[in-house]
Amino acid sequence: MTDLSSTEPATHRSLKVADARTKKRNAAEKRFRAYGIVAIAIGGLFLLALTYNILKAGLPAFTQYVVELEVTLTQDEFDAAESQMLKTAAYTDIFIGNFEANLEERGVEVPYDGDAIERLLGKVGGDIRSYYRENLDDIGQPVTFQLQTSSRVEGYFKGRVNRDTIVDSRFLMGSDLDIVDALRDAGVLTSRFNWAFVTGTDSGVDNPGGAGIGASAIGSFFMMLVVLFLSLPIGVAASIYLEEFAPKNRLTDLVEVNISNLAAVPSIVFGILGLSVFIQFAHLPQSAPLVGGLVLTLMTLPTIIISTRASLKSVPPSIRDAALGIGASKMQSVFHHVLPLAMPGILTGTIIGLAQALGETAPLLLIGMVGFVAREYPDGVVSGFMDPNSAMPAQIYTWAARADVGFYEKAWGGIIILLIFLLLMNALAIFLRKKFERRW
Amino acid sequence: MSLIFIVSIVIALAAIGYVLGVRRAVSSADGDQRILHSLKGYYGQNVALTVLVPSMLVLAIWAIAQPLLIDQSVSGLLDLEEGRAQSLAMADVRRVAEGLDTAIAQGALTADAAANMDADTTDVRDLLGDIGVAIGSDVTAETLNAAQRYRGLSNTGSWARGFVVLAIALAGFAFALSRITKDFRARNIVERGVLVLLIAAASVAVLTTIGIVLSLIFNTINFLQAYPAADFFFGTRWEPSFSGRGGSSELGFLPLIWGTMFISVISLIVAVPLGLFSAIYLSEYASPRVRSIAKPMLEILAGIPTIVYGLFALLTVGPLLVSAFGQGGFFGVDWMSGGTAAMTAGLVMGIMLIPFVSSLSDDIINAVPQAMRDGSYGLGATQSETIRQVIMPAALPGIVGAILLAASRAIGETMIVVLGAGAAASLSLSPFEAMTTVTAKIVSQLTGDGEFNSPETMVAFALGMTLFVITLCLNVFALYIVRKYREQYD
Amino acid sequence: MTDYKISAKGVQVYYGDNHAIKDVNVDIEDKTVTAFIGPSGCGKSTFLRTLNRMNDTIDICRVEGDILIDGEDIYDPAVDPVQLRAKVGMVFQKPNPFPKSIYDNVAYGPKIHGLARNKAELDEIVEKSLRKAAIWDEAKDRLNAPGTGLSGGQQQRLCIARAIATAPEVLLMDEPCSALDPIATAQVEELIDELRQSFSVVIVTHSMQQAARVSQKTAFFHLGNLVEYGETDKIFTNPEDSRTESYISGRIG
Repeated sequence: MTDLSSTEPATHRSLKVADARTKKRNAAEKRFRAYGIVAIAIGGLFLLALTYNILKAGLPAFTQYVVELEVTLTQDEFDAAESQMLKTAAYTDIFIGNFEANLEERGVEVPYDGDAIERLLGKVGGDIRSYYRENLDDIGQPVTFQLQTSSRVEGYFKGRVNRDTIVDSRFLMGSDLDIVDALRDAGVLTSRFNWAFVTGTDSGVDNPGGAGIGASAIGSFFMMLVVLFLSLPIGVAASIYLEEFAPKNRLTDLVEVNISNLAAVPSIVFGILGLSVFIQFAHLPQSAPLVGGLVLTLMTLPTIIISTRASLKSVPPSIRDAALGIGASKMQSVFHHVLPLAMPGILTGTIIGLAQALGETAPLLLIGMVGFVAREYPDGVVSGFMDPNSAMPAQIYTWAARADVGFYEKAWGGIIILLIFLLLMNALAIFLRKKFERRW
Repeated sequence: MSLIFIVSIVIALAAIGYVLGVRRAVSSADGDQRILHSLKGYYGQNVALTVLVPSMLVLAIWAIAQPLLIDQSVSGLLDLEEGRAQSLAMADVRRVAEGLDTAIAQGALTADAAANMDADTTDVRDLLGDIGVAIGSDVTAETLNAAQRYRGLSNTGSWARGFVVLAIALAGFAFALSRITKDFRARNIVERGVLVLLIAAASVAVLTTIGIVLSLIFNTINFLQAYPAADFFFGTRWEPSFSGRGGSSELGFLPLIWGTMFISVISLIVAVPLGLFSAIYLSEYASPRVRSIAKPMLEILAGIPTIVYGLFALLTVGPLLVSAFGQGGFFGVDWMSGGTAAMTAGLVMGIMLIPFVSSLSDDIINAVPQAMRDGSYGLGATQSETIRQVIMPAALPGIVGAILLAASRAIGETMIVVLGAGAAASLSLSPFEAMTTVTAKIVSQLTGDGEFNSPETMVAFALGMTLFVITLCLNVFALYIVRKYREQYD
Repeated sequence: MTDYKISAKGVQVYYGDNHAIKDVNVDIEDKTVTAFIGPSGCGKSTFLRTLNRMNDTIDICRVEGDILIDGEDIYDPAVDPVQLRAKVGMVFQKPNPFPKSIYDNVAYGPKIHGLARNKAELDEIVEKSLRKAAIWDEAKDRLNAPGTGLSGGQQQRLCIARAIATAPEVLLMDEPCSALDPIATAQVEELIDELRQSFSVVIVTHSMQQAARVSQKTAFFHLGNLVEYGETDKIFTNPEDSRTESYISGRIG
């Protein structure tokens, strides 16, 4: 046996003095560690940039600019206006009269004409007329109107339009901005929270100011109902079978491989499935939340099955043995003992699956939920499922694809609302997990 | 008989059956529940299940079969010599039939008037247009005839459906009730029934796969009959004609798969190092506190819907890249002319994949036994030496699996490329040019105005098929590797 | 004082709130085999791991007191644990070869510490270490085969070869035979006896017979205390403390 001392260092060096090689190695160690920190920091920075960007671009969607004006319409004026050929024009005149008086009262002097009013506020006459025709009792009473400014004027406040670059057009003239400034200084033109965006329906392609996400949120809601009431029972039943009852043979092996693959199939493929099975083959209506829900159910099912099986697996076998030991049947042991214990985990997984489905866009493109203009709310429950509607992510995509840049702001605003829903759902899932978490 | 009506009757019957079943069981034991074979609830459940399951099954089969049979019977009436596709003609027939029903429901027509309508004397298109049902072309006598036949058959079918389903439900009701005696093994029967339901639920996942495969295969075959397969798979130009029916389209697959691969590679170049280093840092270095912050942060990135990433690519990253690499940009290189480019989509997709790579790798690194680390530290290795020379080689198969799964994600990702990559198919080598992908073209071909049976639309199914096959192979392979890897350390 | 290779004074180890090692004083001589025995959970493995600072990898572990190797405090902030562990090697309870070839397993330590100037020298170190660990004959024809393919006893000897390849001065062994069958155990014990000529060996074992067979000095640990330390013969034939006597006669533990 050879002695190893020949390979030992010739002199004993103190441990307290790092030799050159150790220094080098420690430097490499520090570098390596830094790579990790940098990688995580990049992720964090991106998240910050994304959040900042969403808030900066999306928050303005929640503000709208209105001209506030108190109008008192006498019965005589109403009758006179209604008897004319151009009824809305008559109301416009009434509005301008009131507007003038109001400005004089506040001592604002600014030149304007009827066309300028229309450029700033749209067709005010029509708005006022329809208000009075629906509220005949208010005739003779002072009524405060809040008239929404056109999207170009909003663009001026939100920085999309500015004085240096403005090109006079029939939508907005440079001179109009003087009026806008004067009105704002006088407090006639104010900003307020844009409820219409949160609760409203989509507008046409040329009116970004009036677009709201409310109708498509309802579409999403009905879709989620379908997903919840189909994927939870089916997913749980399938998991119980696979985890508790299925014999271990090649067939169940195949089913398992199939499920884990299905979870990784691109979502667009589920859209193709929905298009050809539900719409082409079963003739279900296009753009209907029912169809969207069915497609998303098939898409979420693997996710829910995987998480449910994990929850079932985490219930220790001793619980099953205990139940079987006192003479319960296998079915009873599962439904009376295992399932209740696994329920918190199952619910958490389901909520996370739903959140995923809520944000999913690609399959909805193919079943016609994009491109459909959600101008109306559904009439009732059946109509909620069956009538064409949009869904939140599809609505956001629709807006992003429109030409008018005013819609971008709406798209970001829609993302804020979508993310709030997702945050709430995930918070609920975390809450459930924390509250019912059980360690065996 | 409407669907809701039938379903509610059957459910009511099941509920009554439950109550009666329980009562009958208890009385058969002379009120002494202890001598029953099963708990009394099982007798009720048995009746309820016997009522519900067969009748609902028949209802479901009927719902699928009836439209098929009616279509077949009605389409015989249509003269298809004009060369119109049968599915389009049938769609018209269906719409006319539904329109007539709507008209009757709204009171615009009496049932008699609708049944005796004559296409030569009435302008059916106008009439239906008035009540909000738009028909694409004038309604011919033949179409109207077919529509009347369709209505008749549907009507008969729906009554027959009601009777058959209710009859089955009632029969189940009577049968199950009659079987109840105190020795009847209700629990065993119920449990067997429940097991069948569980198996049915498990087979939904299999049916989904079968559905995907069938819908892709049939439509792909249709496409390949209208368009030569060689031109599709080996064509280097993607130029669908916009008229929808023109024969001049070039539907070459190569530029699309090139764009897909190009963008996926860019995204993996971003995601793999960042994700891997994040995972290494989180599993090997981070203190519990840092981990408790950084891990959820990465999970948030994973939870953001892809539409958000898409919008971010389109509206923020694209313009930013142009201001850096575009004309008069920061680097003054003029490489990039528009915001939508392979780079834009690739970068954003890379960020999206970071949490995907990191959480999978994190699991895999954690599966490497602590004994390996101890062995290495015991020899005086530093942490980074241990990670690079012991843990990484040990975890390599698992990590390769994770990267393949990420690649499959990247290939199948839709929204980011639809919004961020551009629309022009190109075989370019420059990452700063607009490119398009398989998924983006599936969307554009299926949401366009083209007729459904034209090659320009059907090509989407062929694209879907190739996408499905590619991702399936990647997934199966990757999942196999990861599974083998885990077994090694279990 | 510096006659001792390792000398520990007033060592306390805490795992969070748990006081695992209580005021241990022990002096370990060079070129001897020292055995740590005691019932499970008595702290013998914990104490062993403090000797090359393996406990550093556990966040909640805290060590107080002085441990001197060659007169230098190894818990001094200036000491790099990496250098320390090159000097104080370790072999673990369960054989843990890396998922690499046999050659790479042994060459790993010399490579990271830069002990070989070229491939030939590295080959030489690998061969010497494998010979020294008495596994050369079994391994020489399959140096490129994975180390995980060896039998349990061979794996453990490979791990010993791996540990001595870095030319340590002290070799710590944490129940190195507990996962091995009797034949492999005998081989490893024989090896330990040979290693004594080059190193100071400290071995933790739960088998009293093993301690008696391989060691010259024995330390008996009980509930975190070092109860008795002395010549192995004396401990086993004439223990001073009643607890030691109970343990070796099989009444406790």
